[in-house]
Amino acid sequence: MNPEQILFILFGAVSLIGAIAVISFRHPIYSALSLIVTFFAQAGLFVLLGAHFVAAVQIIVYAGAIMVLFLFVIMLLNLGTLSAKGAISGKLKGFAVILGILLAIEGVYIAVKAINDPAVASAETATESVNTTTYTIGELLFNEYLLPFEVTSLILLAALIGVIVLVKRESQAENEVQ
Amino acid sequence: MENFPLVLVLSSIIKIVIIVHLLIIGVMIMIWAERRVSGWMQDRLGPNRVGPQGLLQPIADGLKFMFKEDIIPDHVDKPLYVLAPAMLLVPALIVVAVVPFGSSITLFGNEIPLQIADVNIGILYILAITSLGVYGVVLGAWASNNKYSLLGGLRSSAQMISYELTLGLAIIGVLMLTNTVGDNSALSLRVIAESQGSHLWHWNFLIHFPAFLAFTTAMFAETNRLPFDLAEAEQELVAGYHTEYSSMKFAMFFMAEYMNMIVGSAVVVTLFLGGWHFFGLENVGGPVWSGLISFGIFFVKTAIFLFVFIWVRWTLPRFRYDQLMNLGWKFLLPVALSSIVVTGTLWITTDGNRLWIGIGNMVSAFIVVSIVAGLLVMNKAPEPAIPDSDRQITPSALDAIE
Repeated sequence: MNPEQILFILFGAVSLIGAIAVISFRHPIYSALSLIVTFFAQAGLFVLLGAHFVAAVQIIVYAGAIMVLFLFVIMLLNLGTLSAKGAISGKLKGFAVILGILLAIEGVYIAVKAINDPAVASAETATESVNTTTYTIGELLFNEYLLPFEVTSLILLAALIGVIVLVKRESQAENEVQ
Repeated sequence: MENFPLVLVLSSIIKIVIIVHLLIIGVMIMIWAERRVSGWMQDRLGPNRVGPQGLLQPIADGLKFMFKEDIIPDHVDKPLYVLAPAMLLVPALIVVAVVPFGSSITLFGNEIPLQIADVNIGILYILAITSLGVYGVVLGAWASNNKYSLLGGLRSSAQMISYELTLGLAIIGVLMLTNTVGDNSALSLRVIAESQGSHLWHWNFLIHFPAFLAFTTAMFAETNRLPFDLAEAEQELVAGYHTEYSSMKFAMFFMAEYMNMIVGSAVVVTLFLGGWHFFGLENVGGPVWSGLISFGIFFVKTAIFLFVFIWVRWTLPRFRYDQLMNLGWKFLLPVALSSIVVTGTLWITTDGNRLWIGIGNMVSAFIVVSIVAGLLVMNKAPEPAIPDSDRQITPSALDAIE
């Protein structure tokens, strides 16, 4: 086993354990922290693939910004420990089982396909094809994928404006009541 | 990855050991310097009894911290309470890995760059790791199970998220001009430092002066230091997020703050103040001496910037919360954004003339600040929760600029 494989197993294991911990902790803050651990392990996997930029963005955006906001909200609402029984109702349980089965089928399908497809199975080709320095990503984003990139930014802008409008309307209503 | 070159491994280990110890000793010296400089600024002496000029005072403090009883209150969330100081200290320590603290030393035919790891996404690495420091503060605050702590933690997280944007955007202008040198890895801190050259007028802080100011201000906010120390405002929150901490755990919070200052200064020196360059002095001497001299230059620049940190702390009063948010969102962020637009536009129209870009940046920042200030004066910021009797002293836009 070369060091890369050892690291891959390590990061994979940590990310799996973190993901399981997210759903098994009863306390929302601990769940959020486990999710951060998972993000870190995934960033490690990206580094192993040579995608340093994606790894950095993963940490900056998810671990550094989004999860801080999550924690912020959890702390503000001061959510206590969720009880084991009341959390999932009967209807949701059936839904969860169906989704779980679908996910399992997907996983098996991908695994089988990867084993049969030599290009996907060998790690070296993967590293070469995902040779994503920041420069390459920038070039692709602003040439080949310019339209999807701009559309994404428009969607984000729309979401932003939507939030501002919603908040403004609420505060105006409050003022009128006062 | 197959064959590990022995020299690389050995030199890396030695560099890591030296740098980590320098950081810890630097923290001790900074604690001493802060108390002495504040004494000097307030016309008193400061600690001067332990050792010459009181230099051994930090060691005495450290011993005291270690022998204090380590109290874990009953009402805290124990795992997170214990983990939080480490979660603040570790990011502060590992950020330094990508900072180039000198050119290179040639020993026995091997060129050893004076940098622990030259990652090609260096600057993103720094942004990523510094954004993690907030977890130590927030979790420590929450785990303490104390209202004052929680308020401090909430303030800190809001502040860090707001100023991180400026921190990231202010760098982009620098990166754009660095890339014109023709290197693809413009995100590497070594490349940024090298491309600035030896002379003062080529350094980034003149070309990107508004971005430099915005970055530095955001850096102050990220370290939770005095004009921005709302997270631990003594008069309001006892000690903010570390109210419930004692002994070595408190010392870890304390050390992390100073470590963040040192690393932040080093990053500013690398990005904006020419790194280890100083009018060709870094090339004097042989392959060994020039490396050591460049390290010395970097050290002195960082020390000067650290003095500015202390200076600001003992000069400026703390911001009010709305002033903090105004400064971050209405002044620093537009200035950083305008610097991106202007740098990009002028780079194309004037064919990369740095003088014009520098002038353009100044002018645009001036225009942006005056527009924002004008808008703020025209529709005065709504002030909630101030009783009518106090209405005479409305926080006008002038307050916000301060």
